[in-house]
Amino acid sequence: MSTQETPEEKLPAGQDTAHGAVRVADEKNPFADPGLPPHEPRIQDVDERAAKRSERTVALLFTLSMLATVGFIASFVTIPVDQSVYIFPIGHINALNFALGMTLGIALFTIGAGAVHWARTLMSDQETADERHPIAASPEVREKVMEDFRQGAKESVLGRRKLIRNTMFGALALFPLSGVVLLRDLGPLPGTKLRHTAWQKGKLLVNMNTNEPMRPSDIIVGSLTFAQPEGLDPHEHGYMNEIAKAALMLVRIQPENIKDKRELEWSHEGIVAYSKICTHVGCPISLYEQQTHHALCPCHQSTFDLSDGARVIFGPAGHALPQLRIGVNDEGYLEALGDFEEPVGPSFWERG
Amino acid sequence: MSTTTSTNSPSGAEGPGRSRGKAPAGERVADWADGRLGIYSLAKANMRKIFPDHWSFMLGEICLYSFIIIILTGVYLTLFFHPSMNEVVYHGSYVPMQGQLMSEAYKSTLDISFDVRGGLLIRQLHHWAALIFVAGMFVHMMRVFFTGAFRKPREVNWLFGFLLLVLGMFTGFTGYSLPDDLLSGTGIRFTQGAVLSVPIVGTYLSMFIFGGEFPGDDFIARFYSIHILLLPGIMLGLVVAHLILVFYHKHTQFAGPGKTNKNVVGMPLLPVYMAKAGGFFFLVFGVLAIVSAIATINPIWNIGPYRPDMVSTGAQPDWYMGFSEGLVRVMPGWEINFWGHTLVLGVFIPLTVFGLVLVSIAVYPFIESWVTGDKREHHILDRPRNAPTRTAFGVAWITLYFISLIGGGNDLWATHFNLSINAITWFVRIGFFAGPVVAFIITKRICLGLQRRDKEKVLHGRESGIIKRLPHGEFIEVHEPLSQEQLHTLTSHEQYQPAEIGPLVDENGVERKVKPLEKLRVKLSKGYYGGESQIPKPTVEEYKEITSGHGHH
Repeated sequence: MSTQETPEEKLPAGQDTAHGAVRVADEKNPFADPGLPPHEPRIQDVDERAAKRSERTVALLFTLSMLATVGFIASFVTIPVDQSVYIFPIGHINALNFALGMTLGIALFTIGAGAVHWARTLMSDQETADERHPIAASPEVREKVMEDFRQGAKESVLGRRKLIRNTMFGALALFPLSGVVLLRDLGPLPGTKLRHTAWQKGKLLVNMNTNEPMRPSDIIVGSLTFAQPEGLDPHEHGYMNEIAKAALMLVRIQPENIKDKRELEWSHEGIVAYSKICTHVGCPISLYEQQTHHALCPCHQSTFDLSDGARVIFGPAGHALPQLRIGVNDEGYLEALGDFEEPVGPSFWERG
Repeated sequence: MSTTTSTNSPSGAEGPGRSRGKAPAGERVADWADGRLGIYSLAKANMRKIFPDHWSFMLGEICLYSFIIIILTGVYLTLFFHPSMNEVVYHGSYVPMQGQLMSEAYKSTLDISFDVRGGLLIRQLHHWAALIFVAGMFVHMMRVFFTGAFRKPREVNWLFGFLLLVLGMFTGFTGYSLPDDLLSGTGIRFTQGAVLSVPIVGTYLSMFIFGGEFPGDDFIARFYSIHILLLPGIMLGLVVAHLILVFYHKHTQFAGPGKTNKNVVGMPLLPVYMAKAGGFFFLVFGVLAIVSAIATINPIWNIGPYRPDMVSTGAQPDWYMGFSEGLVRVMPGWEINFWGHTLVLGVFIPLTVFGLVLVSIAVYPFIESWVTGDKREHHILDRPRNAPTRTAFGVAWITLYFISLIGGGNDLWATHFNLSINAITWFVRIGFFAGPVVAFIITKRICLGLQRRDKEKVLHGRESGIIKRLPHGEFIEVHEPLSQEQLHTLTSHEQYQPAEIGPLVDENGVERKVKPLEKLRVKLSKGYYGGESQIPKPTVEEYKEITSGHGHH
């Protein structure tokens, strides 16, 4: 890096070299450093009564703090935890939280205000200068350190005994592997987990709100219905993982308004079923525009056209929502005709 | 060796005004400690250490104090919080949630908010302090940047500070994810989607972080140990190192009469800064307590427990994660499929840019010192106007940051100001590239204008506002000459000369090859210090020329 070193004379003259020690302006240099300005006394420095006033102010602040702490303890003991109170202009808030916060805040703030007022009015405000010393060591110290290091390195014989050196490096490089291996059981390998959901051929579509299977007539034009596969129970362990992939949304579109051929094929009487999990980063899509059949993810505003294969028409999502093929069973209930044909949710490296 | 009699403080025995053989109790304790810890040498160097005064020097203090407040309140919260994802049915005192299925983490957060007396206050104090902590670090870092306080010998401390900012952001993120409410869970889901986008290893990373598929049963407990142990532990070490270096380097100061690169002018730690800084801790703590008393933050009881198939509108991260959110929102959804693989550029590029934006500010000091080639120590702060290119870079960076932040809240801008979300998204997309350039140019112009004004003031004096009528009827405004203090302050900044490519042939007439890196450096140096980028400061000759003529020029 020596080529980048700028020679000293190329650098701007620093303040010290330019002006050096303190001096008054003279013919030669009107910009010279005049030195520290003289100290100007505060009123407290010359008038003992003013100083007394400051002292009383500080003492008052500290006293207020003590009172506030007493108030804190009193509020803690007397105010019920669920009582609410009307405070203008905030509105109805929790009384205990308000009382504790205000008293604690006042107790602390007045300590701070007292200390600062004390420092500003009564402690000496005479500015003084401390010298700085270069951070880097002097050449002698540097030489001594280098010499010591060379001596130590030589005495260790590390440079001469190559076998020790190489095996030591090998040992030190290898042992952290144990730590890496230990992390292996943090989780399972992906396998094909991201490719399957709880949907299978013949699984009934169960309404998320009523927990009942649905008939085609239950899905009306303009509404957005959420469904899950039959047999999923929120109280059972593992439900969260299943619903994170299987969540489904149903809309009814007039068959003549469905633009995508495959979408029409996989629908039933214009009822289409799409994964509710956004293909961007996995938020659940929850907003539906009846007139345009657009579904919008509230997290990052990816917008999908449910009448056209749920293709992305706006936002950061990279591909269309996966569609679930549905039909009606013998009893007239909506059922899945298989699992999703592609992985639901955000894209990943192995998705393909 | 010593006997019992000789351990009696000798100074006490010899002290003239003291009762025989006994030093005051405080001194004896100090002697005891010094004999074991050597505190006197430490105190000698630091007790009356001089610190300069400027309002902007307290920004760092705000960070330190809010960090302490976060630790205090955080320890309290661990006493009541259960970092568990076990599903339980709520039967606590918050009526609207009765009978709901939720994780223990969420339930214990409700309990802290509704059943533990003062629990809500401490929870809100913890969250408010975290917001102030990160905001304080951000502003403190800008102060250090714009005044050039990062220059030698403080580059390492700049990096420590930068690490604290990044770790602070992630500690905050892991912290607000813990209550397992619908909003924080959505944030975690977003993170998981982003992790999945990482090429080759993304799916494995996700499986390992979450102990399997999302959401699994593990991440709350794992984030908990990261949030309360791993990250704060590292940060505590960095904070201590940061402060040691501040003491060791001695604080920087602005130019002024009596202030040089070889001294530090101000008031002593004991008593003035003990009182001011110690008092300031209580002021910060007090204000945060009052804010927590009157301003609700993260009302998780309104949001409900997390379910991966549910979401609320207006989902926002805490402010410091907003700019990464913006990058993700405005990025087009690019996906490339090849050979059975998917490259999720639409998510992975913002993830990378997020890192690059942060790293760019971290490495800046090294770039600038490479351009100037200046290896000297700098303890006098620059006024931002006197380093126009640096200032312009800083403002360009902030512009980029805030435009991304706007993108992160594009839905809120749309709903609150009745704007089209598509228009906002396009504004951010264009602004991301154009905004910093425009900001750079404007800032540099403003800096040069201010430099010209300083020069004008030095040479012609201050506008007094007094209009004088001359005998022949002409009106002039009287300019008052500046005092020597002001003249010195306005002319004491350093101005670099642009670097040049040296002679192309050496003394033997052999042609020298100029490395591309050197060419780049010279080019940058011209941009930084060329005629377009700084106004030459007034010289003594110019000043004399004008003042000797008594205003006739």
